[in-house]
Amino acid sequence: MNYIFAFLILSSVIIGAYTGRLQEVVNSIFTSSALAVQVAIGLIGIMGFWLGVVKIAEKSGLIFLFSKLISPFLRLIFNELPKNSSAFSNIALNISANALGLTNAATPFGINAMKDLKKESKENNDTATNSMCMFLAMNTAGFQLVPAAVLGILVVSGAKNPTEIIIPTFIVTLSAFIFAIFTSKIFAKFWKERAK
Amino acid sequence: MREFLSLLSIWILPVIISFIIIYGVIKKVPCYETFVEGAKNGLFVSIKILPYLVAIIVSVSMFRASGAIELLSEKLFGILAHIKVPAETLPLMLTRSLSGSATLGIFSDIVNSTGADSYAAKLSAVITGSSETTFYVLAVYFGAIGIKKIKYALIVGLLADLFGIFAAIFVCRYFFT
Repeated sequence: MNYIFAFLILSSVIIGAYTGRLQEVVNSIFTSSALAVQVAIGLIGIMGFWLGVVKIAEKSGLIFLFSKLISPFLRLIFNELPKNSSAFSNIALNISANALGLTNAATPFGINAMKDLKKESKENNDTATNSMCMFLAMNTAGFQLVPAAVLGILVVSGAKNPTEIIIPTFIVTLSAFIFAIFTSKIFAKFWKERAK
Repeated sequence: MREFLSLLSIWILPVIISFIIIYGVIKKVPCYETFVEGAKNGLFVSIKILPYLVAIIVSVSMFRASGAIELLSEKLFGILAHIKVPAETLPLMLTRSLSGSATLGIFSDIVNSTGADSYAAKLSAVITGSSETTFYVLAVYFGAIGIKKIKYALIVGLLADLFGIFAAIFVCRYFFT
């Protein structure tokens, strides 16, 4: 990220000088920094609303209920773990919180899940197990029901119908999630055979 | 099918919100107070990403103002135009695995420069909304339990990211063109 940032600024000065648009480059610093503040301030409202609603879901135990619903699927996916492992509830809570866009609440669950997975680990302490890789892949695929920040930015910028992106996003995120699970399974098999 | 899914897009948010509220009322959660308690975090979340937004939006706008994107899009992005992918979305695809805040910054820059109802804005909304920062997740989760040999975790994460981008292009063509 450091190199990308430096590259963007330096190259825009050089290219601006080359194309004779240096004035526009300088102007864009002022207009765009004001724009950045405008976007962030606009986000406060919608993020606040969504985090408020989700807090109710958290307190009422709805997230817990949701995580119970998905745990049978988890047992199927993480078949290397003992059936009563405490990792399951943490994984389920992590995925449920992520699905609602509660990234900050999801991270502690995720870290607890990883710690549980480490307890079940039969390998060296600094080596990832298949279950860990699977859990990580599920997280990086970023399964999300409501992309609150994205909706917020569209609303702030005056989109006519911002919620129309919800279903397309859901389809993409769900298929990437399923793809991640299958790829992990395939890699888990391939890696084992290579090790032999 | 497309009309039905568009209708679903409109309904899903009110349904989820109502469901959460009804369930909260049934479980006797003090809805108003709990809402306010959670909403406070909206302020912190937004303020926390402000510096990132400034860094990214300013540097990307400078880059665009210099005419660099036109120079590049003419030469390099002929293929992208061929599969109807707006050239503006390329930086987004490159950063989405690296930094969530940067992706959000580039996304808002695209929305502001191409208009909130443009195809580029919609495609990048789907890409941004469906992504999670692979490198960040890897660093936080494996860092927390001291994993150094990550095996195939990164490869699978990046493959899933790549798959997500293609899926987004495909799905958006179906919905928005």
